[in-house]
Amino acid sequence: MIKAILIFNNHGKPRLSKFYEHYSEDTEQQIIRETFHLVSKRDENVCNFLEGGMLIGGSENKLICRHYATLYFVFCVDSSESELGILDLIQVFVETLDKCFENVCELDLIFHVDKVHNILAEMVMGGMVLETNMNEIITQVDAQNKMEKSEAGIAGAPARAVSAVKNMNLPEMPRNINIGDISIKVPNLLSFK
Amino acid sequence: MSDVVEKTLSALPSLLSLDSQAGAGKLSPSSKLGNLIKGITELTSKHEEEKLIKKELESIKEQVASPNTTMRQMKEIMVRAIYCEMLGYQASFSYIHAIKLAQQGSVLEKRVGYLAVSLFLNETDEFLLLLVNTVLKDLQSTNLIEVCMALTVVSQMFPKDMIPAILPVVEEKLTHPKEIIRRKAVLALYKFYLIAPNQVQHIHSKFRKALCDKDPGVMTASLHIYLQLIKENPESYKDLTGSMVTILRQVVGGKLPLDFNYHSVPAPWLQIQLLRILAYLGKEDQGTSEMMYDVLEESLRRAEMNHNITYAILFECVKTIYTVHPKSQLLEKAAECIGNFVLSPKINLKYLGLKALTYVVQQDANLALPHQMTIIECLDHSDVIIKRETLELLFRITNAQNVTVIVEKMLEFLRLTCDDYSTIDLVGKVAELAEKYAPDNVWFIQTMNSVFSLGGDVMQPDIPNNFLRLLAEGVDNVEDRQLRLFAVDSYVSLLQGVTAKLPQRFLQVISWVLGEYSYLREEESDPGSVMRLLARLLDQRHTSTETRSWVLGAMTKLCSSPVSVALARDVCERYSGSLNTVLRQKAQELMILSQDTKLRARVLPAEGRLESLEVDSSLSFLDGYVSEALAAGAAPYKSPHQRQEDLVQEKALSLEPYGLSLPVSLSSCSITDRLTDRRSPTLLSMSSGLSGNSTELSHQEGSTTLKLEGVKRVWGKDGYLAQQQSAGETPTPLVELPNPLLSPQSPPSQTQKPSSGLEPDQEKRQLASSLFVGLGSHNSVCLMGRAETAPRHFRRKPRGESSSGASEGSSNSSHSSRSAAVDNLLLSNLLDSTTVASEGGAATTTTPQQTSQRTLDHTTSNGNPHVEGTEQRVEAGGPLSLIRGNGMVAVVPPTHTQTDPQTQQDLHPAPALERPRDLPLASHLPAELSGLARSEFTPLCSDQDSSLALSACRVYKEDALVLLVFISNNNDSALHQMVLQLTCKELEISCISGSPLKEVKGHSVSVCLHTVVMKRASVQVELAGLLSYQRPLGQPQAAQFSLSLSLKHFLRPLTVSTGDYGKMWLSFSHDLKQNLRLVTTEHQEPLTATLDALKGKLHLHVVDIIGSEGIVACRLLQGPGQGQPCLLHCRVNADSLAVWLRSPVPELPDSLLYHCQKALTET
Repeated sequence: MIKAILIFNNHGKPRLSKFYEHYSEDTEQQIIRETFHLVSKRDENVCNFLEGGMLIGGSENKLICRHYATLYFVFCVDSSESELGILDLIQVFVETLDKCFENVCELDLIFHVDKVHNILAEMVMGGMVLETNMNEIITQVDAQNKMEKSEAGIAGAPARAVSAVKNMNLPEMPRNINIGDISIKVPNLLSFK
Repeated sequence: MSDVVEKTLSALPSLLSLDSQAGAGKLSPSSKLGNLIKGITELTSKHEEEKLIKKELESIKEQVASPNTTMRQMKEIMVRAIYCEMLGYQASFSYIHAIKLAQQGSVLEKRVGYLAVSLFLNETDEFLLLLVNTVLKDLQSTNLIEVCMALTVVSQMFPKDMIPAILPVVEEKLTHPKEIIRRKAVLALYKFYLIAPNQVQHIHSKFRKALCDKDPGVMTASLHIYLQLIKENPESYKDLTGSMVTILRQVVGGKLPLDFNYHSVPAPWLQIQLLRILAYLGKEDQGTSEMMYDVLEESLRRAEMNHNITYAILFECVKTIYTVHPKSQLLEKAAECIGNFVLSPKINLKYLGLKALTYVVQQDANLALPHQMTIIECLDHSDVIIKRETLELLFRITNAQNVTVIVEKMLEFLRLTCDDYSTIDLVGKVAELAEKYAPDNVWFIQTMNSVFSLGGDVMQPDIPNNFLRLLAEGVDNVEDRQLRLFAVDSYVSLLQGVTAKLPQRFLQVISWVLGEYSYLREEESDPGSVMRLLARLLDQRHTSTETRSWVLGAMTKLCSSPVSVALARDVCERYSGSLNTVLRQKAQELMILSQDTKLRARVLPAEGRLESLEVDSSLSFLDGYVSEALAAGAAPYKSPHQRQEDLVQEKALSLEPYGLSLPVSLSSCSITDRLTDRRSPTLLSMSSGLSGNSTELSHQEGSTTLKLEGVKRVWGKDGYLAQQQSAGETPTPLVELPNPLLSPQSPPSQTQKPSSGLEPDQEKRQLASSLFVGLGSHNSVCLMGRAETAPRHFRRKPRGESSSGASEGSSNSSHSSRSAAVDNLLLSNLLDSTTVASEGGAATTTTPQQTSQRTLDHTTSNGNPHVEGTEQRVEAGGPLSLIRGNGMVAVVPPTHTQTDPQTQQDLHPAPALERPRDLPLASHLPAELSGLARSEFTPLCSDQDSSLALSACRVYKEDALVLLVFISNNNDSALHQMVLQLTCKELEISCISGSPLKEVKGHSVSVCLHTVVMKRASVQVELAGLLSYQRPLGQPQAAQFSLSLSLKHFLRPLTVSTGDYGKMWLSFSHDLKQNLRLVTTEHQEPLTATLDALKGKLHLHVVDIIGSEGIVACRLLQGPGQGQPCLLHCRVNADSLAVWLRSPVPELPDSLLYHCQKALTET
């Protein structure tokens, strides 16, 4: 299982941190610092595997890291993952980011934290590798993006209207249909007219 | 592709300096996030950043609280909050708004809301309960994206108690037409399985369906589940082997759509997963393994392309081949593969190669031989990780002959390293090797000195403990005296130098040893010298208080001469006013004892050094006090171990892994043991074991122990034989080691032929020969008496024997089968002569030499010498130890501590004279247990020739579960030095029979009684056992077994009145409800029948049956006089039985319910 995925830059500034196991806020920050400390003092021509961060699990877990220009990508995994497999997974992740952001750079990661997280969610789910095929990941992400774009416009309205009607007929739906939903639906329906 | 990425990324700094024009151009520079980030990048100090973020958070707080903020704005605010949280600043006020956003936003906003929730919260957060309804709604949505989002958040974190609420909906998604939904649903269910395995019991059939899904993606996802299930319980899934093999064959054969290819390798991650599953399935199972040989071979063959990912598959393949039942042809190919890895110039592959070697040398140390030159190069590698891995490998192949070189290498590394993790790990290993294989006293003490000074204060506390015990144990003969004297001398000279750099732990060890044993050197120096050195130590500023109390303790033992008394008085005056109470106490003791010689002689008798102290290890004298306190409402005692577990349960992360925070440190021992510890360092560990299970703990977490326990030997006798042959046929040239017989004195320095074909310099070759001596040359080594057995002196009993037993066992079996015939011949020969010898007494001292001579003749003439066993026979023969003469380290074997025949009789009243074979084991049941309900006798294990058989039986006592292990010795020779160890994390096991060290006479049965209680309720636990023993004329051996105990063995009826039941019901918090099947019989009411069935199977107590409702109570055993109650309330609903369970502990209802279900489905 993947325990954590960390991305930070050459100065140790976190650019993305995703933990699949629960740690306290402070520990997470400590882990990021410690991992950076471990990773950054490695030379360029050494192996990509590291063992024994004191905080993140000790001998059971290992860190697998890759360095791209200004960014370090670090996956912390337990013994049930293949080292080389994860190494290539990082490559797939970076290539996917590159495709999605058209020449990805550190700034993309900063300004679109949410998007990066969404892409990651299509690859790794709850610590398990879900998808390793770049094209498949991009298809999923694109589908969601399309959905988002259309949502505000006319195209989204009928679908929403239909689903709203359907949902109302469902007996096992929770009774408290909140007002928030309705207030958003109204402008949509108006634009449909 | 990656070049492009790298290029763009490398252009980044210039982009940043351009005031983020290009980057932020497409990212709306006017946005607030943009401003925030710009602000942060302009800052120079951490302090300024903190200030800025504080300000930012303030403004976020204001905005989220304002009712006018739209969802769209909220989304933007959340992204900013995520950013702040990532930098480590708490934005807890925004959590509730994140949930609100997930509840109320449109899809786009919802997604950010869910993301924020999954980043901010964790399973235990109460906020999550607010999310359950939203998740449920989204799961039922017709919008695929909403369903996906809900499944993702569910698999990231979901409160355990709420799983039943959404389980049916998630289950339903397994049949969803869209494959992506099915996939995510499978993973979400897997997550549920990990959190609450009992709740998804019923959907295992659906997992099977997922495995057969027409979409390979769904099948891949289901493999996550199966990997876990098979890892936990390979037996129940053997039937899947065929399917797994078929899947792998299809994948390898390229039957999957091209989409699944990665760098034109078909679905590599899937292959890796499958290979792992096959490894679990085929482990120790010849039949299953045979099914997979073909596909493994195919995998090896296909994965020849030179890409990173193919190596990943190869590595997995090699590991699988070495885990499953061996097949020589495959092993040969796998060995070749490992060679490619190790020799690869790519550093990642080299690392994995070393890892693979470390894994395989535990089964066959010879496999390291072809790579010795590479290994030596790796020792000097610039990468620390590679170096450390190499040392790990060397650690596994250490024997008595290469130990000095390997330890030297390890210490060298230790001197250079500065990270705690490596230090702790390696220091433990060095200490272990030193104890096990030390060639002589001087080396041992010097090595331990380095260990203490390098390990400093981070090392595991059991290292100094064990060292002290080792010094103190043993008979007071010349050799022990020498060892102690040498230790004292070396410490005196250390103290004469600069002591400022010595770690505190080391100083403590030094002061204890000096206190105990400086009398050994008394005659040659003036009596006060040691005292003065200690006093000097006391005065130094860097000496900690704890160390000072050790020093004072040592001084108390030393103040016999007038010079010392004067010195002691000096010291006392200074410390009797100390603020530290412990120091003051010690100083007072010193004061009084130094003045009163009579008292001193009584308290610290000079003669009683070796007498072990009687310790009431159960602290029974405190029972009255404890029961009083309990009656007064005190909380029952929890061992530190348990407390730690509770902490973990409370999700408070222990920041100190590796058992650094072992509950009992030396300090507490020294305080509690004050005077009594005078002559018995064993007591130190005993008392610590009492109050803290610290030894057990360190074993569990111990990076210091040899990790052989985890690695079961796949090698049956036959299997190993096959392997042996294959090693012989391997095309890679096996290096011929020079036969030590030819040059027994000097380390062999003849040139060897390294397979790399490189021209290594002389130095490295020499290193190689010293490192790998003793490998692959068992034959010749054996003739030298396999020095491993010789320095038994340095071996601690339990650990040393169990680990070396396993490793020796493996290396032995390789030869024993080949040379079995020869051996038998030898043994019978020897047996005769030994009997003659012992009958003849000391007078016939020539016999053993003749015997050994004869053995040598035999072996050489057969070309297959193997005298390991015989050597031991001779040694164990007591008076025959004349054989020392031939250059081995001579050691008097420790006399076997014979258990008193009287106690032996008590343990098993059945007369031991009769042949056990003819008697059922039942007659060996102790009388006091014979009347109680008990289980069948389960055979645990037996060795090949069934000369030793183990079986177990459970006796259900009212207040405990008694586990009886019957050790039946069906051989003529007796078993000695028997140590039975039972280990299980979830259980508390205490031995109630006799001394741990026992012997079993020929053809008799011995019983070991243990009481077992569960620490925490769980459905089923696996108990691992290890019996180490020794035949009088043989090597130490070990038998492993495992035994599973289920919760129902620990349940007892709880007799309460209906009124009490009502009170208890209200006071318990953990509630669980489930519908169960009703049992229908002809003559009984369904309710009564069902409850009777439960009562019979699970030892429950039916309190009352009122109409269609029934109440039932039981308790889970938990130590004497305690128990955790669990109450069941049942009501008949139409054709099912609704059951509510309540208990003060959360796990109990859960696990009990599982057993109820099982019990009812069985009837």
